[in-house]
Amino acid sequence: MHLPIQHVFLKLAAIIQPWAAGLCILCFLFGLPIALLFSPPDYQQGDTVRIMYIHVPAAWMGLFCYGVMAAGSASYLIWRHPVANMVAKASAPIGAMFTALCLLTGMLWGEPMWGTPWVWDARLTSMLVLFFLYLGYMALGDAFDSPEQGDKAAAILALVGSVNLPIIKFSVDWWNSLHQPSIFSMAGVSVDTAMLPPLFLMVGAFQLYYVVVVLMRVRAQVLTAKIRAARLMRAA
Amino acid sequence: MAKRKTQRLYFILLGGLAVATGVALVLTAFEDSIVFFYSPTEISQQTLSPGQRIRIGGLVETGSVNAEGETTTFTVTDTAETLDIVYRGILPDLFREGQGIVAEGYMLASGVFQASDVLAKHDETYMPPEVADAIKAAGEWRGDEAPQQEAMSNSATASP
Repeated sequence: MHLPIQHVFLKLAAIIQPWAAGLCILCFLFGLPIALLFSPPDYQQGDTVRIMYIHVPAAWMGLFCYGVMAAGSASYLIWRHPVANMVAKASAPIGAMFTALCLLTGMLWGEPMWGTPWVWDARLTSMLVLFFLYLGYMALGDAFDSPEQGDKAAAILALVGSVNLPIIKFSVDWWNSLHQPSIFSMAGVSVDTAMLPPLFLMVGAFQLYYVVVVLMRVRAQVLTAKIRAARLMRAA
Repeated sequence: MAKRKTQRLYFILLGGLAVATGVALVLTAFEDSIVFFYSPTEISQQTLSPGQRIRIGGLVETGSVNAEGETTTFTVTDTAETLDIVYRGILPDLFREGQGIVAEGYMLASGVFQASDVLAKHDETYMPPEVADAIKAAGEWRGDEAPQQEAMSNSATASP
C-alpha cells in the first residue's frame, strides 16, 4: 500500500491550500482592477492591450500545466509514483481550461489588431494542438476498462505530446508568423515597467488558482482511492 | 527492482529522443508550409504559377500608400526588395506606413500583387504613449524593425 506518502500529501495540502486560496484572491483583487482599469494604455494598441493581462498568463499556464502533467506522467511510468500520476491527471482539465482561455482571448485580441481572429500560423496552430493533447490525454485515460492501463496509456501520450512544448515556445522564432515574438527574450523584457505589476499579479493569481484547484483535485483522488480500498476490505 | 526502474528511465529517455528527432525532421521537411508568409526577396527568387495564392509579409513603405475610394495601393519592403500591392476593402486599424503587414493573394501579370486580405502585424513591445513619446524625444527610438518604428513616430497621433 502507498498510504504513507498519500497521508503526507493530505496533511501538506491541508496546510498549503488555505494560504494559496487567500493569496490567489488577493492577487485577483489587486491584479484585475489594475490590469483592466488603472494600468496605462499601449502607445499603439490603446486599451486593447489589456487583453494581454489575461492572454499571456493563460498561455503560460497552458504550457506550465502540460509541463507538470508530463513530469508527473514520467515519474509515474518510471518510478510508479502514485501521487505523481494523480497530480498529472488533476492538472489536465486545468491546463485545458487555461489553453482554451488563451485561444479565446487571442481571438478577441486578433480581430481588432490583426484584422482576423484566427490564422493557421505556427504559434496559433501549435497552441491548438496543445488543447487537443489535453483533451486526448483525458479521453485516453478513461478509455480502458482497467484504470491502470488507461493511466499508463495516457501517461505515454502526455510524454509524446511534450515535444510540442518547445515547438510552441520557439514557433515565433523558428518560422515567421503573424503572432509577435515572446515578450521575454535573451535581450530582456519588451513590456514597459508600468505594465509589469498587473502582468505579474495576474500570473500570480493564475498560478495560485492552479495550486488551489490541483490540491483539491488530488485530495479528492486520494480520498476516492481510500474509500475504494476500505470498501474492498469490508467486502472481503 | 532498482534495475527495472533504471531500465524504464533509459527506455523513456531513448523514446523521447526518437520522438524529438522524428518531429524535428518532419518540421524541417515541411518548413515551406509552416512559414506563414514570404518576404519580397523570397518572392523575387521564386517562379510562381499565375493565380497561385500565397502570403507575403513586409513593412509598408513610407509614402507609398495611395487610397482611391475602396482601393488602396501600397508598397511593402523587407529593406532589400519591394513589392507593389493593390487591395480593395477595409484595412485593419493598425495598418499604417512603416507597419508590418501580411497580405494574402496572387501575383498579377503586371508584377503587382493583388491582395484579397491584408492583416496587420505588431511587435512584442508594449508601453504607455507617454513613454513612447519620451523615448522619441530623447532620440533613443529603436527596435528590431527600425523603419517601422521610425514611421510609427510620424503617425503616433493615429494610434487609438
